[in-house]
Amino acid sequence: MIENLTIEKARVSLDKGEFSALDLARGYLENIKNKDGEINAFLEVFDDVEEQAKRADKMIEKRDIHPLTGIPIAIKDNILIKGRNVSAASKILEGYKASYDADVISKLKQQGAVFIGRANMDEFAMGGSTENSAFGVTKNPHDISRVPGGSSGGSAAAVAAEFCLGALGSDTGGSVRQPAALCGVVGLKSTYGTVSRSGLIAMGSSLDQIGPLTKTVGDAKIIFDAIKGYDKKDSTSLPNDFFSDTKFPKPKTIGVPRNFLEKGVDKDVIENFNETLENLEKNGFEIKDIPLPKLEYALAVYYIIMPAEASTNLARFDGIRYGLSLDGETNDEVYSKTRRVGFGTEVRRRILLGTFVLSSGYVDAYYRKADSVRNSIREDMDAALHNVDAIAMPTSPTPAFKIGEKNEPLSMYTADIFTVSVNLTGNPAISVPSGTVEREGSNLPVGFQIITAHGNEDALFTIGEDIEKG
Amino acid sequence: MKKEDVNIKTLARLARLNVTDEEVAQFENEIPEILSFVDSIKKAGEGSNNKISKHRNIMREDKDPHESGIHTDDLLDAAPKTEGKRIKVKQVIKRES
Repeated sequence: MIENLTIEKARVSLDKGEFSALDLARGYLENIKNKDGEINAFLEVFDDVEEQAKRADKMIEKRDIHPLTGIPIAIKDNILIKGRNVSAASKILEGYKASYDADVISKLKQQGAVFIGRANMDEFAMGGSTENSAFGVTKNPHDISRVPGGSSGGSAAAVAAEFCLGALGSDTGGSVRQPAALCGVVGLKSTYGTVSRSGLIAMGSSLDQIGPLTKTVGDAKIIFDAIKGYDKKDSTSLPNDFFSDTKFPKPKTIGVPRNFLEKGVDKDVIENFNETLENLEKNGFEIKDIPLPKLEYALAVYYIIMPAEASTNLARFDGIRYGLSLDGETNDEVYSKTRRVGFGTEVRRRILLGTFVLSSGYVDAYYRKADSVRNSIREDMDAALHNVDAIAMPTSPTPAFKIGEKNEPLSMYTADIFTVSVNLTGNPAISVPSGTVEREGSNLPVGFQIITAHGNEDALFTIGEDIEKG
Repeated sequence: MKKEDVNIKTLARLARLNVTDEEVAQFENEIPEILSFVDSIKKAGEGSNNKISKHRNIMREDKDPHESGIHTDDLLDAAPKTEGKRIKVKQVIKRES
């Protein structure tokens, strides 16, 4: 029943009564039971999935039907659902139960979506492989010796392994798009401010955005439409009419920053990228080379801004208000001991890095300088998007790498080279599966990334659906 | 960035983070390496401080709060140590003996 099902197809079948939300939920629970021991996509499968599905069936019976009524969705472990455990895959939040619903969760609850479980991730969303989870790595369903990407690796693997019909992730520097690419699913990071961050455990607040991972572009649009919208509890949330005066024409031209794509990308990944571009050209798009001279600084800017914001955000985990708490003689000792036991190595590394770039004597040379270069990158991107309707880049320079292969921090950071720029600039971007490349006998998915102007998600969906048609 | 410019123990103290000796040794190599990489922004030229059109005023009146106490129990439930309706912490000020 559930093989090759999409949200769109399931909606039709649920509404016609061909199967119930309970049948659907049981189908995915069965898959999880059989395969998740190997994949480890979930930190917890909720024990009330069947009850949630029964409630959705009642809604369908009463014809109180929304696009996601009865649809099983996995939730990344940094998004709060009131009364349920949430840990950001960190020991420091072990045993913590959320005090309130994230805005995206309230919206999904209103639609009657079924939350299937908490998806594994890199601790506090810091990483590109889920290897930094305090609760074990998630395996890539296409080759279990490889990573699923990260930080939303559990969400991506859950969709790819047929454990659910869609998932929520969060994207601070590519954490939705990169795992989507590595697992062969669609991942969307929308315009900064379109989806509320209220109830998302913060990493880099000026960069974080919640986004969907799905099997198709159409499904990503359905979840995005369900979770977007102004929320007074997120001060950076955009008013619903923010882009209503901007007219976006049907996309015709796609720009490619060729000079930026020359170094460090696997040969067959670039070939795959070029083939996808050729197909788009055949389907009537005009492909142009464009200069984006400041783009080469994006990764360095990101690895200053993000740790600065993360070290500030993570100061709240002190053993006083929630989660783990170790005893000490003084408050200072409680903080330091709790944070020593609770935080993993990558989190500690980024806190120290963030503390350094914000420290007196270095804040001008690092944080303030990075902030001004960030503005230049944004001006660059805005200028480019005046001349073309979209920008294309690979999502990741390589397909899924082996578990344990990237053991130096810098080699892991360079995996983010093509994804971080839109988090710095706030533009929307999508990763769409564009075929596979072969590594040691495994066919590994490759993602094609499209970027558009602020507020123009529609063009991402138009071009993305064109790529899906092949 | 030179290794001797980065004092891991001082940073750890500022960040309220206990670090072991092995970690100090590890981070003393890694953090300057990462800083050398991000140093490339120095070649990016002047940068831009033009933020005028990019920021919206999101101030609001400080009024109409929610009813007092409706979230108190939920938030106290999350705290490791409580006493009555308060979160309990170690003594902050000590009497001189």
